[in-house]
Amino acid sequence: MIEKTVAELSAALAAGEISSVELTQAYLDRIAHYNKTLNAYITVCNDSALAQAKAADAARAKGDTSPLLGIPLAHKDIFCTTGVRTTCGSRMLNNFIAPYDATVVERFNAAGAVMLGKTNMDEFAMGSSNETSYFGPVRNPWDTEKVPGGSSGGSAAAVAADLCAMATGTDTGGSIRQPAAFCGITGFKPSYGRVSRWGMIAFASSLDQAGPICKSAEDAALMMNVMAGLDEKDSTSIDLPVEDYTATLNDSLEGLRIGIPRQHFAEGLSPEVEQSIRDGLAVFEKLGATIKEIDLPNNHLSVSAYYVVAPAEASANLSRYDGVRYGYRCEDPVDLEDMYKRTRSEGFGAEVKRRIMVGTYALSAGFYDAYYRKAQRIRRLIKNDFSSAFKEVDVIIGPTSPHTAFGLGAKSDPVAMYLEDIYTIAVNLAGLPGMSIPAGLPGGMPTGMHIVGNDFAEAKLLNVAHQFQLNTDWHTRRPAALGKEA
Amino acid sequence: MALDKSEVEKIAHLARLQLSEDDVGEVTKRITDILALIDQMQSVDTENVDPLAHPLDVVQRLREDEVTEHNQRDELQKLAPLSEDGLFLVPKVIE
Repeated sequence: MIEKTVAELSAALAAGEISSVELTQAYLDRIAHYNKTLNAYITVCNDSALAQAKAADAARAKGDTSPLLGIPLAHKDIFCTTGVRTTCGSRMLNNFIAPYDATVVERFNAAGAVMLGKTNMDEFAMGSSNETSYFGPVRNPWDTEKVPGGSSGGSAAAVAADLCAMATGTDTGGSIRQPAAFCGITGFKPSYGRVSRWGMIAFASSLDQAGPICKSAEDAALMMNVMAGLDEKDSTSIDLPVEDYTATLNDSLEGLRIGIPRQHFAEGLSPEVEQSIRDGLAVFEKLGATIKEIDLPNNHLSVSAYYVVAPAEASANLSRYDGVRYGYRCEDPVDLEDMYKRTRSEGFGAEVKRRIMVGTYALSAGFYDAYYRKAQRIRRLIKNDFSSAFKEVDVIIGPTSPHTAFGLGAKSDPVAMYLEDIYTIAVNLAGLPGMSIPAGLPGGMPTGMHIVGNDFAEAKLLNVAHQFQLNTDWHTRRPAALGKEA
Repeated sequence: MALDKSEVEKIAHLARLQLSEDDVGEVTKRITDILALIDQMQSVDTENVDPLAHPLDVVQRLREDEVTEHNQRDELQKLAPLSEDGLFLVPKVIE
């Protein structure tokens, strides 16, 4: 039962084939068995999960038919949860227990979903391999010597290994899509402003966005129906009507115009990833779509612009961790400055400190125009590239990542790690919706197909991905390696 | 551009971070590498391009200036490493 999609589980619960308590217990048992190996969860909530499941079963008995009622999920440990610690993968927040729920958490609670626990992540969401976590790396369920991707690596590994039915993630430069690609599952990054960020710990505020990590596009649509929408508590939340994302999943793709960016099929892309994406494009052609090569001429500047914008905003956001109001404080500070400096140096890991310093430098007196303002101008060029492309095509498709998951410890150089997100970062700079769906298994490791849409084209992306999944079975494949580990 | 150790120490101070003698060389090298990556964007002329601050080019939503949150001081102060009588405690600042 635990290998089923949210849509299937929802039907099974509604038909009385299983109770939420039984389902929740099955996931908790599997977590108890596999989490030592995978390290996907930082915190597991046995008691509260079973209590929520019991409440869901009681609500169902009284006639509640909400689609996510009683479905077990995991939240990335970046979302604040009342009474359950929220670490953001950092020593700084090792003992932080928020006195409120993030809006995303509140919405899943209101929908009757069951929270199994909080998933591991790169520290403050800064990383592409989940190796910067204070709580140790997550391992890829397809090959435990490889990384699951990052920063939402715990959520992606948990979904791929059936340690939850669905999970939340956040994506600042690729942190939902790249781990979804590496773990062979579906990851969806909505348009900037579509999902509330209230109670979601800030990294880079002009880029951060929350989204679903799950087993199919249909599941992503079910999750988006709960997650999306205006929140008065988040001033960047957009006041636009929310569609029923499941309503258009079955629309025909006849006449769909797909753009494939020359820049995403160039040097650096591994041949086997390219082959799986091209095979996927052939599926779309059979469904009546047309394929056209397009250009995103400024794509190569996206990583450099991002590594100004994101660190600059992070250096401002992370200044709140000063040892005064919450979080870690160093032992026996001699004065205020000593307290700030030692608290922050001991509480943050090396990658977070590097990014704070790069951002501090970029924002320091005399450098603002040369760095932050320049990056914002590049950002405009990147957005313009997409706007021109979307005059000619409906969606843009390419690889999510240049290769399949790499080995633990294989990329110790930060710049090499940053280039991992070469296809995903521009989407965040432009604020667009993007997703990754499984597209192949060369050498036994998953590849991800990246689908990008215009502003607020969430429903179109989910429709395109769902049609692909009706005609392929990559999204149903599960890691065999895990069974051998047990 | 390449940074020297004293510049890196100055940035660390601005960010209220402390670098150990052992770390400063490594950090200087890493940050210099990152700045080299960033400097790729200097190759493009953006003279007539408007900066994009918000991906959707919208402005912040405003609301009426009304009290909507209840006071949670006690609950929030429980999270503090050190607090007393409703105040956050820090090392002595004024003699």
